[in-house]
Amino acid sequence: MSDFAVELRDVVKSFQTPEGGWINAVDHVDMKINNGEFFSLLGSSGCGKTTSLRMMAGFEWPTEGEVFIAGQPQGKKPPFQRPVNTVFQSYALFQHMTVHQNVAFGLEMEKVPSKQITERVGKALEMVKLSGMDKRYPKQLSGGQQQRIALARALVKLPSVLLLDEPLGALDLKLRKEMQLELKSLQREVGITFVFVTHDQEEALTMSDRIAVMSHGKVLQVGPPIEIYERPNCKFVADFIGDTNFFEGVVTGIDDKKVTAHIPLLNSTLVGMNTGGVRLNDKVVISVRPEKIRLTETCVLTYNCFEVNVKSSAYIGSDTRLEVESERQRIKIWEQNHISTLDPRAYHQGEVKAFATILPENALVLPAE
Amino acid sequence: MFDKLRQNKSFQGTLLVAPTLVFMIGLLIIPLILTAVISFGERDSSGGVIYSFGLHNYYKLIGYSTNCDSGASSCFDMLYVQILWRSLTLAFQTTMIVISLAYPLSYFIARATPSKRNTYLFMVLVPLWTNFVIRVYAWMMILRTQGVINGILGAIANLLHIPFAPLEMLYTPGAVLVGMVYEFLPFMILPIFTSLEKIDNSLYEAAADLGANSIKTFFKVTLPLSMPGVVAGTILVFIPVMGTFIVSDLLGGQKVILVGNLIQRQFLDARDPTFGSAASLVLMVMTLIVTYFYTKKFGFGEEIIVA
Ligand SMILES: Nc1ncnc2c1ncn2[C@@H]1O[C@H](COP(=O)(O)OP(=O)(O)OP(=O)(O)O)[C@@H](O)[C@H]1O
Ligand SMILES: [Mg+2]
Repeated sequence: MSDFAVELRDVVKSFQTPEGGWINAVDHVDMKINNGEFFSLLGSSGCGKTTSLRMMAGFEWPTEGEVFIAGQPQGKKPPFQRPVNTVFQSYALFQHMTVHQNVAFGLEMEKVPSKQITERVGKALEMVKLSGMDKRYPKQLSGGQQQRIALARALVKLPSVLLLDEPLGALDLKLRKEMQLELKSLQREVGITFVFVTHDQEEALTMSDRIAVMSHGKVLQVGPPIEIYERPNCKFVADFIGDTNFFEGVVTGIDDKKVTAHIPLLNSTLVGMNTGGVRLNDKVVISVRPEKIRLTETCVLTYNCFEVNVKSSAYIGSDTRLEVESERQRIKIWEQNHISTLDPRAYHQGEVKAFATILPENALVLPAE
Repeated sequence: MFDKLRQNKSFQGTLLVAPTLVFMIGLLIIPLILTAVISFGERDSSGGVIYSFGLHNYYKLIGYSTNCDSGASSCFDMLYVQILWRSLTLAFQTTMIVISLAYPLSYFIARATPSKRNTYLFMVLVPLWTNFVIRVYAWMMILRTQGVINGILGAIANLLHIPFAPLEMLYTPGAVLVGMVYEFLPFMILPIFTSLEKIDNSLYEAAADLGANSIKTFFKVTLPLSMPGVVAGTILVFIPVMGTFIVSDLLGGQKVILVGNLIQRQFLDARDPTFGSAASLVLMVMTLIVTYFYTKKFGFGEEIIVA
């Protein structure tokens, strides 16, 4: 077995636009997906997630570069010659076939003996918790159930990689959360590599072993959810994943670990982590997550501490979300409500003076663009 | 008053169907009953109707007679049965040929890019802008002895110095078949196209992903999913072909007489409305029976009609 389930080597996919120009939907992408991994492609609409997935599936062929599956270059192989199967966003179930016929379709095409088909279809339906529904037609099932049929239909083929293009996109929020957990445990159970496309960052964070964040056809960062969230490698990723505060400034001091930058809007300096890639006098943004800023009555640090005015606060149950201002810099701060009180006024509010402290390890210094 | 109307849903419904209902009762139900009544009556010497009850018109249709040349007590003359049978087989042949021409064409149109698709559909519809009868006349020009085809063939033969006798194409069953196919082709193309166009591309991709080649995909996915279009088209073609008389009149002449011609002649030339009525009813029942069994097997193509 090869080291990687799927590998994209310097892959480009260009499309001709109706206006006559060309667009690189996927632009020099390198990606290595491990065996048995739950790997997500995350990015906003039009960033090339679907196109990347379709090149793995064999519905599109790269303009440049090569797709490897289980170590084998795929060239222009059609989908059915690849050890992969796809779960479509629209499910793409055959409406004129029963659930059983849908799931059996792929096995019939492989000419699997009918006895084995019955057995394997039964198992697959059991796996997605739809035993006993095999005589129904897709129209007679709910959206979530149809989703499971699509899953069973692909899994029954025992692919080495399963490709899923926003498979939960059409489900309502509650069902979606349920299916996220189910899909994740299903993946553990079968041990198949899942490549999962989503534009929902929370979904990607919950489900994935690793995430590739894409933008404009390029992969910006690949890593486990914690790394993506805690150590974004650029402004885009920091902004796209979760919520964050950006402090714009210029580097005034730098060593291996820390960077000091002057922040004009704060009228002060801020010390943050050196993530590499910045030099003295560079323009930078310092990204600090709102839940990582502490609001206290006195300063805890001799630096990175700013007096703030609370502009607004919203009590949302688990958190209180505050908008504060220090000099001309707006800052979002989320405080966990770990004190039990029924009076929301127990939290910082109004024109109360307070101090915001930012620990340097929670402040990431990133290139300005 | 409008408030009341707004609340009364069933009255709203009645109001919406009323115009059509009046139309249908006045122009379909009542004439149909009249036709049935007349078909049991007798013709008087001036071509009027004597209202009575007898099955003689129906006996005449199946050719049953007690007044035989051979002197036997009863005998059958198959003339009218042959006409009915000819109409049925012609409608059947036309439908089959139209399906086999329309399906590949619709498939081609449905898979073309949207802008080309519109052009192709436009081209399918253009002939319908010309009057039905004129289009049939055009076929007379093409098929007759000094017509377009014979003209071209003659010119070629002349060039090659081959002796040439014009082909007799007009006034043959073949001419009627060609005319029928031509006239009714668009009515098959449109519903089949609609049902093919509705098949999402991801279904073809799913089939390919699951290991089906293009032939398997066609028979297991495309064809079953487009059957509603074929059914709707068949109904739109088969029923009118059973009844029209213009095509057979102009392209078949005296040689290819269909029930449509038979009925028309009873009312106009033979001045026997009672026999014409009986033939109309038999035609209707025959069509209903065929349609009934057909739709029982394949449905009405309702998905298409809804879309
Ligand atoms: N067949 C095509 N022809 C022309 N352009 C295309 C084609 N397919 C995709 N594109 C373009 O390539 C870019 C990437 O598309 P892609 O479908 O991969 O995006 P995506 O990340 O999946 O977005 P979404 O989240 O909206 O599904 C888009 O700008 C899109 O317009
Ligand atoms: Mg997409």
